Amino acid sequence: MDPSRKRKIRLIVALGAVVVLATALVYTSFTASTEAKSPSQLLASAQAGKAYEVTGKVAAGSWTSRGTTNVFRVRDRNGRESVPIRYAGAVPDPFREGREIVVTVRKAGGTWVGERDTLVTKCPSKFQQKAPKT
Amino acid sequence: MAVVAAVVVVVVLVVVVALVASPLRPGAGRAAVSAEASDRDELEALKEAKYREIRDAELDYRMGKLSLPDWRATDRGLRVEAMELLRRLDALEGREGSEAALRAD
Amino acid sequence: MLTAGKLLLVLALLVAVYGAGASLVGARAGNRALTDSGRRAVYAMAVALVATFVLLESMFLRSDFSSYLVATHSSTTTPAFYRATAMWSSQEGSLLLWATLLSVWSSAVLYLSRNRMREIAPYATAVLCGFAVFFVGLLVLKETPFGATSPVPSEGTGLNPLLRHPSMMIHPPMLYSGYTLFAVPFAFAVGALVTRRLNADWIRSTRPFTLAAWLFLGIGIILGARWSYTELGWGGYWAWDPVENASLMPWLTGTAFLHSVMIQEKRGMLKVWNVSLVLATGVLAILGTFLVRSGILQSIHAFGASTLGGPFLVLIAVMILGSAALVVSRSADLRSDAKLDAIVSRESVFLLNNLVLVAMCVIVFWGTFFPLISEAITGEKASVGPPWFDRAIVPAALLLVLLTGLGPVLAWRRVTLANLRHQLVGPVVAGSVCLVALLGLGITAGTSVALFVVAAFSLTVIAQEFWRGTRARRAMADESPPTALLSLVRRNRRRYGGYLVHVGVITLFVGVAASSAFESSRYADLRPGQTAAIGGYDVTYVRPTSRVVAAPNGRLERIDLGAVLRVRKDGKGVTTLDTRRSYFPSADPSLGPVSRFFDGESTSEVGLKAGAFKDVWTVIAPSLAGLQPAIDKGDRVFDGPGARLPAAQRATLLAQALDGLAASYVRSPPPATFRLLISPLVTWIWLGALIVFAGGLVAMWPSPRAVHRMVSAGYAARVARELTKV
Repeated sequence: MDPSRKRKIRLIVALGAVVVLATALVYTSFTASTEAKSPSQLLASAQAGKAYEVTGKVAAGSWTSRGTTNVFRVRDRNGRESVPIRYAGAVPDPFREGREIVVTVRKAGGTWVGERDTLVTKCPSKFQQKAPKT
Repeated sequence: MAVVAAVVVVVVLVVVVALVASPLRPGAGRAAVSAEASDRDELEALKEAKYREIRDAELDYRMGKLSLPDWRATDRGLRVEAMELLRRLDALEGREGSEAALRAD
Repeated sequence: MLTAGKLLLVLALLVAVYGAGASLVGARAGNRALTDSGRRAVYAMAVALVATFVLLESMFLRSDFSSYLVATHSSTTTPAFYRATAMWSSQEGSLLLWATLLSVWSSAVLYLSRNRMREIAPYATAVLCGFAVFFVGLLVLKETPFGATSPVPSEGTGLNPLLRHPSMMIHPPMLYSGYTLFAVPFAFAVGALVTRRLNADWIRSTRPFTLAAWLFLGIGIILGARWSYTELGWGGYWAWDPVENASLMPWLTGTAFLHSVMIQEKRGMLKVWNVSLVLATGVLAILGTFLVRSGILQSIHAFGASTLGGPFLVLIAVMILGSAALVVSRSADLRSDAKLDAIVSRESVFLLNNLVLVAMCVIVFWGTFFPLISEAITGEKASVGPPWFDRAIVPAALLLVLLTGLGPVLAWRRVTLANLRHQLVGPVVAGSVCLVALLGLGITAGTSVALFVVAAFSLTVIAQEFWRGTRARRAMADESPPTALLSLVRRNRRRYGGYLVHVGVITLFVGVAASSAFESSRYADLRPGQTAAIGGYDVTYVRPTSRVVAAPNGRLERIDLGAVLRVRKDGKGVTTLDTRRSYFPSADPSLGPVSRFFDGESTSEVGLKAGAFKDVWTVIAPSLAGLQPAIDKGDRVFDGPGARLPAAQRATLLAQALDGLAASYVRSPPPATFRLLISPLVTWIWLGALIVFAGGLVAMWPSPRAVHRMVSAGYAARVARELTKV
C-alpha cells in the first residue's frame, strides 16, 4: 500500500474511534444523569422511583434524627414550599437547619428517600459574600 | 503600628522605583537582542536533545531492546544529525571563533 | 495599616501595568533597557505584593479586628497556626495569595532564565504581568482585602472549624503554586508563538517550571484528598466534586504535555499539539480558579453567588481566543520536521498516552460542566454522579497503566521486534501469576482484577528497567551494583525519575481500586459496652469522652464529645480508636447563652488506624438529646437571673455550667451513631503520592551543566567526545 493511502486509512480509523467514544460519552451522561430540581419543582412534577437531585435549604424546626435515620424538610432557597426527606446515615458536620444542601432523592409514597452518602452540605462561611465596609 | 506601616510603604516604593529604573539609567547601555543569539540557543537546545537521544539509544541497546544492527543504524543516523547541528552552530559562530579555539586545542 | 495595604496594592497594580507595557514596547523596538526594566517590574511587583501579604498576615496574627477580613475569618480563640493561615479561607485573602504566588514564581522563573530566550522572554513577561494586572486589579477594584469594621468587634467569627486541619492550610498554597506556575509555560508559549521561536529552546527552558507546576498541583490535589479522608467525616478521598475536577483537568493536560514534549524535543514533531496542550493547561488552570469563585456549579466548596464570575469569563475568553488566533496564524512555523518512523515505537506509545490523558480530561470536563450542557440542550438542569465518572474514567486509567508498562520496553524510533519477546516474558509472567493468585483468592471483581494484573505487568517492566539498566551500567563502567544504580539514575534523571513517578502512580491506582472495590462500611447505633461487627472486625464502644477546651487566652474554643472504641479481630485486640465531635461556639446573638455552644459549627475528629493493608476508620455522631433539657434550662437561667450578674461572675458560672454538661454526658451517655469503615490499601494512595513526588524531584533535579563547547576538526570525533562528558 502506498504511504499516503495508508495514512488516510489510519486517520479514518482514528476519527471513527473518536466519534464512537464521544457518542458513548454523550449517551451515557444523558442516561445516567439525575435531574436537578428545587423542592417546588419536585412537588409539581416528580415520578415515583426516579432519582432527582434536590437543592434547597433545610426548613427551620423540621429536623429530627433517631439513630441513623434523619427526617427533615427541604424548602426552596427563596420560598416556602418544602418536601419531606428521609435520609439514612449520618449527616455531614455542617448540616444545620437553614443551611443549603444538595441530596439525591427518590419518591416513595408521600416522602422522598435520600440516597446513601449523597447528602452534601454547602459550607456557608467560606467565601461568604457580604459587602465589606470600607 | 501606623508608623511601621507608613515606613513599609515608603521602603517598598523606593525599592520598586530603584528596581524598575536601574536599567533605564543613561549609560546603562546594553547590546540589543540579536537574532543570532536566539538561533544559537535554539541549536544548542537541539544539540542537547540529540545527544540525549544518542545516549538513550545506547542504553536501549545495552539493555537488549535493540539488536546490534538496529542500534548501529539508529546511532549512525543520530550522529549524522548531531554533526549537522554542530556544523550549523559553527556557521553561526563564524570562522573566527572556531579558528581561535582550534589554535587553543 | 489598612490604608497602607491599599496603597501597596495600587502600587503593585501600577507596576504590573508598567511591566506589561515596557516589555511589549521594548520587545517591539528591540530596546534592551526597556525589556530589562519590564522584567525588573515583575520583581518589584513581587516585593510590593509580598509586603502586602506580610502586612495582612501580621493583622491576622495580632487578631486586629479593625480589619473586616480578620474579624470575619479569625478570632482570638483560633490557634496561632490557623490564624496565620486563615487568610486564604477568604475570597479576598485567597486572591491575594494567588497574586503573590504568581508574582513570586514569575520573578523566580524570569530571574533564572534572564540570560536565555531573550526574544521570547519579554512577551512572556508581558503575559505574566497581564495576569497580575487582572488579579491585583480585582483586589484593588472589587474585592479589597483591607476593608474596615465599624465598630471594631472585640471578638472575631473565627476560622471555619472544618478548615482547621494541617493539610487544608498547605493545600491552597500548593494548589495555587501549581496554578500560577502553569501560567508560566502558558506565557512562554505565547512568547514563542509571537516570536516564531518554536523549536527546542523554549521547551528546554520551560520544562523544569512545567514539571514544578505539575508537582505542586499534584501535592495540592493529594492534600485535599487527605483532608477529605480524615476531616470530612464521610471516609472518602475523592468525590468528583467540580472543584476537585477543576484541579485535576490542568494536571491531566500537564501530564500529557510533559510526555509529548519529549517527542518534539527528539523529533521536532507534534508542535501544534504541544503548544495547544500548554495553552489549554494555562486556560484550565484559570478555569479552576474561576470555578471556585463563580458559584455556577453545585459544589461542596460552596462559594455563594460571587461577583467575580464576569471578569473571569472575560479573562478566559481572551485567553482562548488569543491562543487560538496565535496558533492559527503561526501554523506555518508549527509544521513537523519529521514523520513517525514505525508504528511500534516509543513515540507511538507516547502518542497514545497523550490521547488517553486528553480523553480523561475531556471526560472530566464534560461531567463537570454537564449541568450547564444539559440545561443548554434539554432545558433541564441535570448532573452526573460519581458512578458515571468512575465508569468513564476506569477504562482509560487501565489503558494508561498498560501504556506505562509498554513504553519502556520499546525503543525510540525503531524497535527490534525479535527482542520484544525477551523484554516481555518477565512482565507477562508476573501479570499472569497475579491473575491466577487473585482468582485463587476468590477475588473476581472485574475492573479491580484487571487493574491489579496490568499493574503487576507494568511494575515488573519498571523493575526490569532498573535491573537491566544497572547491569548494563556495570558492564560499561565496571562499578559495584549500588554505584551502578546511582550513576544510572544520575545520568538518566529524566528517564529513571519518570519511572519512579510511574511506580508511584500505579501504587496510587492500586490503592484507589482496592479501597473503592473492597471497602466495608456501615452505621451502628451503640451504647457503651455494645459491639458492632464489620468486615471481620468487632468494634466495641468502650466509654464516652468529653472535654471543654479553652484557648490560651482563657476563652472557650470548643467542646468535644467523643468515644473510645476497641477494635478486635478473631478475639485478638487490634487497636483502640478515639473519635470525637467538636462543637465550636456560634456568635449568633439570637441563640441562648448555653445552646450557642452547641448550635455553632462542629467538626468530626476521625478515629483512624492506618495499616499497610487495611485502614480501620470510624467517626462518631453523638446524640445531644440527653443533654437538651439541661441546655434549655441553662439558657433560661442565664437569660433570666443570670443576665443580671456581673460579666466576670457570669462567665465563671457559664464555664462551670458547660463543665457540668460535659461531665453529665460522660456520666449517663446516650447511644451514639458510628460510621465504621474497613478500607484496604488506602495507605498505598498516600505512599504512591510520595513516590510520585520523589520521582518528580529526581526528574526535575538539574543535570550537571552541559558540556562546554569544544571545537575540533572532525565533527564526528567532536560528537563522540562531547557525548562522553556527561
